[in-house]
Amino acid sequence: MTKLIIILLSAVFINNYVLSRFLGICPFLGVSKKLDSATGMSLAVIFVMLMATAATYPIQIYLLDPNGLGYLQTIVFILVIAALVQLVEIVLKRFVPSLHKSLGVYLPLITTNCAVLGVTILNIDEGYTFLEAMVNSLGSGLGFFLAMVMFSGVRSVLEKADVPKSFKGLPITLVAAAIVSLSFLGFGGVIENLFA
Amino acid sequence: MNTLQNFSKGLVKENPVLVLVLGTCPTLATSTSISNALGMGLAATVVLLCSNIVISALRKVIPDKVRIPCYIVLIAGFVTMVQMLVKAFAPALDAALGIYLPLIVVNCIILGRAEMFANKNKVFDSAVDALGMGAGFTLALSLMALIREVFGNGTFFGLPIPVLYDNHISILTMAPGGFFVFGLLIAAVNKFSAHKPKKQDFGCTGCPSAEICSHSCVNREEAAAND
Repeated sequence: MTKLIIILLSAVFINNYVLSRFLGICPFLGVSKKLDSATGMSLAVIFVMLMATAATYPIQIYLLDPNGLGYLQTIVFILVIAALVQLVEIVLKRFVPSLHKSLGVYLPLITTNCAVLGVTILNIDEGYTFLEAMVNSLGSGLGFFLAMVMFSGVRSVLEKADVPKSFKGLPITLVAAAIVSLSFLGFGGVIENLFA
Repeated sequence: MNTLQNFSKGLVKENPVLVLVLGTCPTLATSTSISNALGMGLAATVVLLCSNIVISALRKVIPDKVRIPCYIVLIAGFVTMVQMLVKAFAPALDAALGIYLPLIVVNCIILGRAEMFANKNKVFDSAVDALGMGAGFTLALSLMALIREVFGNGTFFGLPIPVLYDNHISILTMAPGGFFVFGLLIAAVNKFSAHKPKKQDFGCTGCPSAEICSHSCVNREEAAAND
């Protein structure tokens, strides 16, 4: 149990996907302008990360590894994720239209999102059990959510700031991201010692 | 457009990292040391070259409706090949790049060039475009790595530099330094580029993959905003 909590907390805070592993930078910079779109996107990411892990983990353990096909990991995973995202979109549209309305816009964006492919590959590389892999995916998704929501707050203030001309737009956003990322460095070493 | 222009546009005018702002994830993550940056740049260039050539050769064969899945499968195949080669011949680089090597699959530069260039142009032009874009990616990556390694670690290709080695700013090699140096570089490009710094808009409008990610996501986002 303690191990699961450590995995969850370190995925959220220490190895934050956006701010320390640099995965999913595009949506982080692209969709974080408004709070509601940031929330929608990150909820969709959490959802897809969990679904993708639930689908790819058994494929790797029960299909690819026993047959010596481990080298097909990259191809299989990206295809499974792409198909899964399409499937989820169709199912949501048909059966849960209200959820589709709020998350559906962001689903196609996620297919080629490196955070989702990243979490599925990392789960295998780290040698997690299925439960640990799911917890890690949840933590990574929550970390993405946290970073997105925090950063959309920072950006709303940034809009009003008077910055030098050549820093307008993307450069100042990146500098702000550096400062937010700096604050996450402070979590390093905290979580291991929490249960010591 | 002649061959030379086709090649050089990727280096400066349409530099994929600093001007088009594509492939930010590997840029930030692997620019901690110059050798990693060169390795990453080379690996991505090989994948880009192979995928551009094959996609351009098959542009009349691949049905338009299923082109994106086809591209993804082709790219993933080449990435797997590069991954195996790096594992076999440069295990140290494989360990350093780690997860970012398989993640070349989702690098927007590669899918973006397939969609924007290779499926409309001849094989030779596409190969030149791939080389130019790959060189531009490697160049930008190495430039960032140079700043981060020399000032952050006080070394150059792993060799210590006299004064800087004792006074290195180690934050630059950590995650915040990546964002910071990248921001400064783009600001410098805006400052010194001859044409006016165009407002770099992120999200679907600024994203070259906007067409790729299913339908025009711009309209859908607007539709969602209006709801």
